[in-house]
Amino acid sequence: MTRKTMTLNVGPQHPATHGVLRVEVELDGETVISAKPIIGYLHSGIEKNMEAKTYTQAITMTDRMDYLAPMSNNLVYVMAVEKLMGVEVPLRAQYLRVIMTELTRLNSHLVWLGTHATDIGAMTMLLYAFREREKILQVCEFVSGVRMMTTYFRIGGLAKDVPEGFDTRVKDIIDTFPAKIDEYEGLLTENKIWKNRTIGVGKISAEDAIKSGLSGPMLRASGVNWDIRKANPYCSYDKFDFEVPLGKNGDTYDRYKCRVAEMRQSLRIIRQALEGLPHGSYISKDYKIAPPPKMEALKNMEQLIHHFKFWTEGFSPPQGDVYHSIESPKGEIGCYIVSDGSNKPYRVHFRPPSFVNISALNKLVKGHMMSDLIAIIGTTDIVLGEVDR
Amino acid sequence: MLVEQIKEQLDNKRSDDFESLYIFRGDIVGIIKKERLIDLCRFLKDNPNLKFNFLSMITAADYLGKNKKRFEVVYSLYSIEQHHRIMLKIACDKNEEIPSLTAIWDTANFQEREVYDMFGIRFSNHPNLTRILMDDDWVGHPQRKDFPLTYEAPEFSHNRGNVELDDKSPDREIF
Repeated sequence: MTRKTMTLNVGPQHPATHGVLRVEVELDGETVISAKPIIGYLHSGIEKNMEAKTYTQAITMTDRMDYLAPMSNNLVYVMAVEKLMGVEVPLRAQYLRVIMTELTRLNSHLVWLGTHATDIGAMTMLLYAFREREKILQVCEFVSGVRMMTTYFRIGGLAKDVPEGFDTRVKDIIDTFPAKIDEYEGLLTENKIWKNRTIGVGKISAEDAIKSGLSGPMLRASGVNWDIRKANPYCSYDKFDFEVPLGKNGDTYDRYKCRVAEMRQSLRIIRQALEGLPHGSYISKDYKIAPPPKMEALKNMEQLIHHFKFWTEGFSPPQGDVYHSIESPKGEIGCYIVSDGSNKPYRVHFRPPSFVNISALNKLVKGHMMSDLIAIIGTTDIVLGEVDR
Repeated sequence: MLVEQIKEQLDNKRSDDFESLYIFRGDIVGIIKKERLIDLCRFLKDNPNLKFNFLSMITAADYLGKNKKRFEVVYSLYSIEQHHRIMLKIACDKNEEIPSLTAIWDTANFQEREVYDMFGIRFSNHPNLTRILMDDDWVGHPQRKDFPLTYEAPEFSHNRGNVELDDKSPDREIF
């Protein structure tokens, strides 16, 4: 008897692929033999475009990669430039960076939870998750003027200080949020259908996960304790007390538990950062790399020159290349920058966690049912804007 | 382990592999020859003191007209247990092949494909070295410095011959 397999094309225009992802699946009946992710439909040449912009202008491009966590992308880029130039960032800016990146982590995890749950049949979750996400987006708008493409972090600090009333708004979120997470968990954690759909699905061992380059919750669900916030603390993360939630089995259910637990830890971090928020400057006082306050530029000749030079020409870091990475909601996001001594980056490359995580799709999905493929695409938590850049 | 200690250890044990080894902005950077790549990576991964078991990034940069060898392939290795990082760099020319790391790390597969797609650098022994972000029939490699930023290939065949190329540099080989 000959064994017949069928090739099925999932996507690129399919709601369950979370964007324009195409998966070429080879099926034997309903069992997946292999799944080949085909990407690039959203490629917009972000890295190439950044080479034609000054260091400050290029920050706007980074928002557009992982549009669910724009602040993480901003952060890794500005920190890479700061590393290249040896810039000291004021403590207040560091704390505010922590608050905002943790808020975007919540934002990203909420969208993941909502869409992932909808994919495997828990329709209510999306509405619940987007209800809370709205509040976070409002805070983003409150501080930066924009809901998604914030460009709030600048080289040396922030675009501007947070407006008055920021802390009450954030407090409102962190006070009400834990009860909402309980609500999500009440809907899902012990839900029999949810457990049936996720336990044992898309299992990956710790060793395989490291070999495949997985990072973030994808890796931690397999029991590997690696969180860059703890391992190589940046932005004063070492001053905050939080835990790194770990899984055991490395399946879809563990990844769900990990991410939900991470949301609780993010709230803890935000609370500590908000309570300990120091006073002071929100951006470096080195006016070669950060613009001086506008009022000073209007009164003082020196600052006027700095202001003019900064906004027309920018600044030129010394020659060299650095790699810097931080913990984004999806995993390790890294930025490699080459400077040739001019005011524009010679080469920028991002290590997008989504891109690396989706490359392990075949390993995760092999031998499972077709319907599990949808659960596994959901659990890898990809954003196609970041995969394709 | 401190970066200085790692550097010392590598200087003592594997000095032949490195053309130069230095610390820049707190990170260790090693310039190596491509022939030594696989062997060195296996050593870095398995050595119990170093344990660079995580291949975090592969990328490249095009130094057209700046360096003697045009491209530079960059690897970033990380140790999940010990939290340290090393950057390896290989200079290579347009027609050179770099050994693929897919045998050691699966994650090299997609990242090397991206480097091939964007720069046209080929990796030997790669299981499936095809384009990944651009279309399969795309001509040229967009991240090369002689690939213009503004140019967009004509998508339709009716006027393909009429579209004039504004860039006529001799190094430009994409068409």
